[in-house]
Amino acid sequence: MSTETHAFPSLGLVPKAAAPQSMKDFKSDQEVRWCPGCGDYAILAAVQSFLPELGLARENIVFVSGIGCSSRFPYYLNTYGMHSIHGRAPAIATGLAASRPDLSVWVVTGDGDALSIGGNHLIHALRRNVNLKILLFNNRIYGLTKGQYSPTSEVGKITKSTPMGSLDAPFNPLSLAVGAEASFVARTIDSDRKHLQSVLRAAAEHQGTALVEIYQNCNIFNDGAFDALKEPATRDQALIRLEHGQPIRFGSDNGMGVFRDPATGDLTTAAVTADNADRVLVHDAHADSPTTAFALTRLAAQDTLHNTPIGVLRSVQRPVYDTQMLTQLDQAVAQRGRGDLGALLTGSDTWTVD
Amino acid sequence: MTSQVEVSESTEDEPLPVAPVAGMPAQNGDGKRVTKLDRVVIRFAGDSGDGMQLTGDRFTTETAGFGNDLSTLPNFPAEIRAPAGTLPGVSSFQLHFADHDILTPGDAPHVLVAMNPAALKANLGDVPRGAEIIVNTDEFTKRALAKVGYAADPLGDGALDAYSVHPVPLTTLTVEALKDSGLARKDAERAKNMFALGLLSWMYHRPTEGTERFLRVKFANKPDIAEANVTAFRAGWNYGETTEDFAVSYEVAPATAAFPAGRYRNISGNLALAYGLVAASEQSGLPLFLGSYPITPASDILHELSKHKNFGVRTFQAEDEIAGIGAALGAAFGGSLGVTTTSGPGVALKSETIGLAVSLELPLLVIDIQRGGPSTGLPTKTEQADLLQAMYGRNGEAPVPIVAPATAADCFTAALEAARIALTYRTPVFLLSDGYLANGSEPWRIPEPDELPDLRVPFATEPNRPDGSFWPYLRDPETLARPWAVPGTPGLEHRVGGIEKQDGTGNISYDPANHDHMVRIRQAKIDGITVPDLVVDDPSGKAGLLVLGWGSTYGPIAAAVRRVRAAGGEVAQAHLRHLNPFPANLGEVLAGYDRVLVPEMNLGQLAHLLRARYLVDAQSFTQVTGLPFKAEQLADALTAQLEVQS
Repeated sequence: MSTETHAFPSLGLVPKAAAPQSMKDFKSDQEVRWCPGCGDYAILAAVQSFLPELGLARENIVFVSGIGCSSRFPYYLNTYGMHSIHGRAPAIATGLAASRPDLSVWVVTGDGDALSIGGNHLIHALRRNVNLKILLFNNRIYGLTKGQYSPTSEVGKITKSTPMGSLDAPFNPLSLAVGAEASFVARTIDSDRKHLQSVLRAAAEHQGTALVEIYQNCNIFNDGAFDALKEPATRDQALIRLEHGQPIRFGSDNGMGVFRDPATGDLTTAAVTADNADRVLVHDAHADSPTTAFALTRLAAQDTLHNTPIGVLRSVQRPVYDTQMLTQLDQAVAQRGRGDLGALLTGSDTWTVD
Repeated sequence: MTSQVEVSESTEDEPLPVAPVAGMPAQNGDGKRVTKLDRVVIRFAGDSGDGMQLTGDRFTTETAGFGNDLSTLPNFPAEIRAPAGTLPGVSSFQLHFADHDILTPGDAPHVLVAMNPAALKANLGDVPRGAEIIVNTDEFTKRALAKVGYAADPLGDGALDAYSVHPVPLTTLTVEALKDSGLARKDAERAKNMFALGLLSWMYHRPTEGTERFLRVKFANKPDIAEANVTAFRAGWNYGETTEDFAVSYEVAPATAAFPAGRYRNISGNLALAYGLVAASEQSGLPLFLGSYPITPASDILHELSKHKNFGVRTFQAEDEIAGIGAALGAAFGGSLGVTTTSGPGVALKSETIGLAVSLELPLLVIDIQRGGPSTGLPTKTEQADLLQAMYGRNGEAPVPIVAPATAADCFTAALEAARIALTYRTPVFLLSDGYLANGSEPWRIPEPDELPDLRVPFATEPNRPDGSFWPYLRDPETLARPWAVPGTPGLEHRVGGIEKQDGTGNISYDPANHDHMVRIRQAKIDGITVPDLVVDDPSGKAGLLVLGWGSTYGPIAAAVRRVRAAGGEVAQAHLRHLNPFPANLGEVLAGYDRVLVPEMNLGQLAHLLRARYLVDAQSFTQVTGLPFKAEQLADALTAQLEVQS
């Protein structure tokens, strides 16, 4: 298969579907068992209706998940799937992707699964740049264990395990990802299907590990956590939609912009005026340096969610682990020939007994 | 020692003679006597930085090439460079070689090479009176002696009068031999281990070309260092040849009768295991995927397999033990032969993933090179105390088959056997080796590839239900294995997971009766694995005492049995390769003897299993010193049992 002709270069080795597919091809026969009103339903529907667009043979798609509400995801997709153990999905998916370049491998995880018990695997998958697409459903709470605070919960969160308020400072998942050398970092929202699918498309196109943080509402234990980004009254002020190559403007009538503070190099927001309009930061997702992408991850206020960038913050090309692993195998054969078991076992220092 | 788990009738691995004196003296051309010996045990001991492991390895390779049977015991501290000249920093390498079939690295050395006072002090307790001791006198300074608590110089105060001591200024002689090499004194001194090797090579008539070739390859980028080592090696040889202190040299004839015809090489346990895994990949036609995190004493398997990418071997050095096995399991889901290698602490971390593999019913090899525990324990020392961890160390009812190699070379066949079980029954399998097997070495008859088992298993390719659907847990009625349908197979898309599933469909099920059924059928699948019957060596058929071991205790047990039989005692021996499931005839075998003795390097883990399973009064004989049993000690234990019996 040629990579040039494929719409998704990252999937160049994955066989294509023989016939056009539809959303129903990707629905499994299993009853979906999330709580009514859960944001996961919207994400599932968005993924099911997006997958046909990839045009891949369905049998070459694999979803691997860990433990948590979101990790039931693979059961509901009619692809190959594995519902594994808590936090380990990136490690399991790494072994699968590294040994099978003909597969499109997706990881579904949550804020507890990916950032708490599985934090180590997440950062190492990102730095290795294995050809994986990681969908991190962030609801800022533990749902399946019934409502404890998570590593993305805001400080002071009152939960079952923190009746006087949580003490630990949360992770900013995208800051963590940029710090872990991630080559693709994006954020989207469960309720905005169009945006969600555009980010999934960009992730699928990316060669290497893609981390997509999806703000997902848990209507049972943390309802309304992202309302500031969804309510018509607040969303224009809260959401910053990033587009590569475009000045970063937001707010009603795009009256606000993101600027670089010349004194600190940090990013700030301000009203756009005739004087400063030419200084609005132009988003460059492909910048080699992660500095500006990191600064973008720091724009949002943890408590109010004001100035929350969504879209692709960073998307850069760098060597892909599984591709390089395959290259080394090919090189070894080219240099030494295909391994000969008899010769290996014999070695160079032998003697004969008659 | 051959890799077969059966007891040879050849010459007894007899109790240690005092000094290698018996034999047929002869004069050589230089007027020096040559004495023929049937076996010798040499121990090289020095500081961790003195290169004792390399010296031992080279002597071993020369000896293997010469055709002796041999067995080795490297013994070194966990620290890479413990403080110089201290007792904890002593590193040693013991080699037993013979003109006949031998089973152990020897209980005690006939010859001790002590490179400094610490090496002498740490090892003297193992050296029988009358044995030869070669000491590097240059290191016996007041300061070095004081550092290890010698109030007086043992070379001068009569403390070694019971031994045949050869005081040799090894450092001075080495530096002198290299005075024209242009090397700084410090660099020249570092070649003193090669001087010692040269001297011992002369004493025991070892061939030298191989070592010279080895040194030139090892130091190919530093030709002056290569030549310095070769010069020191030759100087050591010449020193033995010319100096009067060494009046006798020894010949140990090749062990021609001990070995079946064939081509042989020397091999360590970890190397044999790595080759066994490559062979399993070739014989199954499945690409090998190793997910591993470095840990002593298992890392050498990762190192070795990483060299063989031209066999399609993928090695993945993971971020931790859990990711190592996770990646291996992910690769197994994709149709690779998934393997993870570790030691006891790593197994503890992998337990949850092993449980997942039990639930997913996918093939996976978990290689545990056991070491002293608990916790970090003794990283470089041997132990067999992970048996119950392998057997039971998971949540829920999670049975896992267990295979244990008996000797270093046997690690090769054990790896193939573990792969056979994993692939046939779609299950994780434990392979329990240990530090003694991993680092020890012995001659190995190299098998021809066509002698190796066919490990090919079919992937599922077609729906398996009349309605054209695919059930991932529809079992083979014979093996109870479920179909292995790998991603990329059209029409067989399915989901697996760690949640309990309905038998057949694989769909999530919390149904009480189904869970009871699934727990029992997973157990029945493991219990039903076909393993060969236990073979008992009972020459007269009249023994009342059975000695039953597993794993690396094979050599010392078999050597002890030979001793007891040579003294007229009747004892039967059997050795378990399969710890789960046990061979079908094990209960019957145990019932056939009045007494059963189970030697183990733990506090009686196999004995515990036997007593629970078979209601047999198995007696434990245990040792947890971090070192293998000695034959003499086991022979005494067997004799004591025979005395109780009579």
